[in-house]
Amino acid sequence: MIPAAFDYVRASSLTQAIDLLRNDPDGTKLLAGGHTLLPSLKLRLASPALLVDIGDLAELKGIEISETGIRIGALTTHAELFASLPLNEQLPLFRQAAGLIADPQVRNRGTIGGSLANADPAADWPAVMLALQAEIEIAGTSGFRTILARDFFVDIFSTVLEADEILARINIPRPTAGTRFVYRKIRHPASGFAVVGIAIALRLSQNLVSEATIGVTGAANHAFVGEDAADFLIGKTLSRENIDQAARLLSEATECLSDRYASADYRANLIQVELKRALLALTP
Amino acid sequence: MSTREERHTVTFEINGARKTVAAEARRLLVHLIREDLGLTGTHVGCDTSQCGACTVEIDGLAVKSCTVLAVSAEGASITTIEGLTPGTDLDPIQAAFHEHHALQCGFCTPGMVMSVRQLLKDQPAPSEHDIRRGLAGNICRCTGYHNIVRAVESLASKGEQS
Repeated sequence: MIPAAFDYVRASSLTQAIDLLRNDPDGTKLLAGGHTLLPSLKLRLASPALLVDIGDLAELKGIEISETGIRIGALTTHAELFASLPLNEQLPLFRQAAGLIADPQVRNRGTIGGSLANADPAADWPAVMLALQAEIEIAGTSGFRTILARDFFVDIFSTVLEADEILARINIPRPTAGTRFVYRKIRHPASGFAVVGIAIALRLSQNLVSEATIGVTGAANHAFVGEDAADFLIGKTLSRENIDQAARLLSEATECLSDRYASADYRANLIQVELKRALLALTP
Repeated sequence: MSTREERHTVTFEINGARKTVAAEARRLLVHLIREDLGLTGTHVGCDTSQCGACTVEIDGLAVKSCTVLAVSAEGASITTIEGLTPGTDLDPIQAAFHEHHALQCGFCTPGMVMSVRQLLKDQPAPSEHDIRRGLAGNICRCTGYHNIVRAVESLASKGEQS
């Protein structure tokens, strides 16, 4: 399969890339890892006039760990997130989630920024970012703006990004000491994407849940925070009954997708199963 | 003719040799490698980044060359299956595949070998589970996986890697 012809510019600065996007917002696409874009070009699902390769932009690379939090450049690959020791010392959730994405060769090219900006409803990182209460840093014509991950995803393949904006970095606040994390998914056997995926950050004090954030992917039009279920768990033990009730609440609050992989009813059931398994994995 | 069909000059190193070629922006790396450079050991299987038959190394990382633009290879160092040994000798991974009958039709073999290189770099002594996970991006349509796993296990136990 051969993509339709396009112009190509290898951007040498973020400003240049933004200017090119602004010149022709409808006809221009950014190229990072290319593992969603190139297949869609080959299938002629997209035929942009211009590809702007942002692969050289150093300001979009790297993982920085400080006292206050973690900063991840949008071009960081799944493989880098899997392998980074300092990152996984703080948040082993990254290794757990990255290891469940696609396969080794795809992880060597695909980027976290590309995954988030593409907003595939079945992508893994969105759920993880929600559980970690991440903030997305966006570069545009008038500088940078930030938005919480929970406000970033709008619909299927749709985010708050404007046509002349670039997802630049992800900022993750340092979690409270003692917070435990998990990411689990029902993996589609062919695509590797999440039919349903659940990420949880949870803290217990004296066997009672003191903090809980639940990120869900695969189930609905876009990744979302399971607020009712998390609120319900606060102040409670992780007993069988409480876990069952949280799972029911999460499932009831979700308007589930129905597609050729899974019906809405099946997904509503999978949400319950996966939330229970995820909470059991966090039970000491 | 629109500027979209213009050819871009790309310079990279492949199997130790420096090359400068002209390629349309839409040209996929695998087509450049096979058709322009004549290195036909890298195969096109599914063409949708599932099967791994097109796996090559770019800057030391195994990638699917059907899903990389040739123009993105500017400045890169690429290794294909032809670059593992000079002439017709077998490198240790190829020899292990031969020894353990780890190929039937052979179509997936170059991609498998390139992925095994990455696997053994990351995990010099992988378990069977590690091997199967490490080769998850490569499909053998003959379903001859057992002997591929055995070939890799033989390299792990001897601590050999290329």
